[in-house]
Amino acid sequence: MSKRASTLVNMLLTLVVITLISGFLLGYVNQITLAPKAKVAAERKIQALQAVLPPFDNDLMRDVVKFKSPDSADSIEIYKATQKGVIQGYAMMGTSEKGFSGTVKTMIGFKPDGSINNIVVLEQKETPGLGTKMKEAKFIKQFLGKNPATFNLKVKKDGGQVDALTGATISTRAFSETVQSSFELLKNQTEGFKNK
Amino acid sequence: MSKSFAVLTNGIIKENPTFVMLLGMCPTLGVTSSSQNGLGMGLATLFVLAMSNVVISLLKSQIPDAVRIPAFIVVIATFVTVVDMLMEAFIPGLYAQLGIFIPLIVVNCIILGRAEAFASKNGVWPSFLDGIGMGVGFTTALTILGSVREILGNGSIFNYHFLPDTANTFIIFILPPGAFIALAYLTVLFNKYVK
Amino acid sequence: MEHQNIIISASPHLHDASSTQKVMRDVIIALTPALLVGVYLFGVGTLIITATAIISCVLFEYLIQKYWLRKPLTINDYSAVVTGLLLAFNLPSNLPIWMVVVGSLVAIGVAKMSFGGLGFNIFNPALIGRVFLLISFPVQMTSWPLPIVNRMQYADAITGATSLGMVKEASLMGEPLSQISSQLTTQMDLFMGITGGSIGEMSALALLIGGLYLLIRKVITWHIPVVFLLTMFAMSGIFWWVDPQQYLNPVFHLLAGGAILGAFYMATDMVTSPMTPKGMMVFAFGIGVITVLIRLFGAYPEGVSFAILIMNAFVPLIKTYTKPKRFGEPIRAKIL
Repeated sequence: MSKRASTLVNMLLTLVVITLISGFLLGYVNQITLAPKAKVAAERKIQALQAVLPPFDNDLMRDVVKFKSPDSADSIEIYKATQKGVIQGYAMMGTSEKGFSGTVKTMIGFKPDGSINNIVVLEQKETPGLGTKMKEAKFIKQFLGKNPATFNLKVKKDGGQVDALTGATISTRAFSETVQSSFELLKNQTEGFKNK
Repeated sequence: MSKSFAVLTNGIIKENPTFVMLLGMCPTLGVTSSSQNGLGMGLATLFVLAMSNVVISLLKSQIPDAVRIPAFIVVIATFVTVVDMLMEAFIPGLYAQLGIFIPLIVVNCIILGRAEAFASKNGVWPSFLDGIGMGVGFTTALTILGSVREILGNGSIFNYHFLPDTANTFIIFILPPGAFIALAYLTVLFNKYVK
Repeated sequence: MEHQNIIISASPHLHDASSTQKVMRDVIIALTPALLVGVYLFGVGTLIITATAIISCVLFEYLIQKYWLRKPLTINDYSAVVTGLLLAFNLPSNLPIWMVVVGSLVAIGVAKMSFGGLGFNIFNPALIGRVFLLISFPVQMTSWPLPIVNRMQYADAITGATSLGMVKEASLMGEPLSQISSQLTTQMDLFMGITGGSIGEMSALALLIGGLYLLIRKVITWHIPVVFLLTMFAMSGIFWWVDPQQYLNPVFHLLAGGAILGAFYMATDMVTSPMTPKGMMVFAFGIGVITVLIRLFGAYPEGVSFAILIMNAFVPLIKTYTKPKRFGEPIRAKIL
């Protein structure tokens, strides 16, 4: 088998042809995966929402209020869940920058009266074995059904009612902060949980 | 037939890319925090390896020597990007875990190494077998490493927990230092008993 | 190792009667005052942990040498006893026993025997054992029983945070130190050792007495401990001078945590530190800088163990650049 000689023309031609074919192939694969990729991203969000909200039958992606908050760069989205037109709860994303190693993001579902329905941790970089335990049901359980209006969302050490994770007080504070700040925003938005 | 068989098993045992040649250490250490991740990364690499070996062996007489490395890299990068996009679309769960490591398959020495050392000198069928063999060797190694780390570090295997939640496991094994420790001992055992 | 005459320095050589066994015996004697303080403060906990660590270290060394490496046994040189003792000194006094055994296995099996036994290990075995446990079981490894009140307790001891831990938490929360100053241990208590912490890092006084003994017996030289502690003092001093509201004063830094234990007993380990005075000083300077960086800016409140291990890795490099001149070697002209 004789190799093609390394002349300038040969080299240019080979590389051009190979990159052209690659380019077309990639373009084609991108085309066919575009729709599934978008669907996957949307589904992930809906899954988190379903996990924190009571049963609902409306399209959350339509019943969403978006607004800008002075404290945060991203716009804040409050999802409203209804069943047969009756309001079932709200869900929103809470963020805190005060985690042990950076941002903690949670999805929090509130009942119409402002009490906590469920919480899912979306993103955290806490210390494995300490702060990462915030994802466990054992820890999150203590928040369920509590209303931040009466339940003091500070850790016990700071005079509140939250049992901190052992060895991870800072992570616990960050977690509580995501809940507290979401609650405040939601309270303002719904004018003190008067159902509209 | 026996020659084909030798080519196929070469990558699994005698020249196992992970435990014998110690190639591609970046994904090996980076993603093997669980057996599932190891398996997923191994299979993605296997696919790229087999495909790029076939294509490169087909093109070998058409590519001038002086530009063979850039040409190989373009072929490999194309397949990696295809895998990346397909995984994101169709196996999002695994993609969320492996996402940042998939593009790194491009620079995995095993793939360019096999392209240069084997596919550019051999026919299509042996090259395909070599790709499969090396890929299976890599996948096996990563799955074993991932399993050992998951068992010790998390008390589970393929996400099946065999220890209660409250049990203390060696968290160090699912963190970077544990990857080095586990890899070192597995390499010793492999070279002592399997090879 | 005992009977091998490995000559490590440039000629001429002087022979003296020291042996691994004698050196190790001196280290054990030097650690006794600190051990007694540990028993006084934590009672049964100290005894259980220390005994477990020593017995399991020696046992693992014996088993691995006899049945795996099939090499001549070296347990008579006491080096495994020292490793066990130092490992115990770095553990809280209520750690579950099986974790102590695991720590010993890692110290002897992974850090020492995998590299070929005493003399070949790159990293300090006791510290490897300790760091393995710290990363694996962060909860158990960072809940320190309060001193004196828990003497008769083992499993259900009342625990508290260390001063360095409280300071780390305050700095991460952005609180000024004055808010927590009342909860911190006083410097006098730190010096005497009346505080929470690992078994053997408590009393600066007891550790200094032992360190002095090692210096007099010429088991260690002054270079590593003095340069390490001075570097720490200077560096933490600069930060404190710039902002005393946020950073602890340098005396506190020296007395709290494992600085003194590390300086006299861990960093000076003959196998894992450089051999020339110049090399030792470079080595110790690095440990001091890394310790302060981890304490002030890292995720962990205490950084002595990590700093020593990181610098252990640099020892071969330091040795290359601080080779002494051979006797009679001509002075090479500098090419500049």
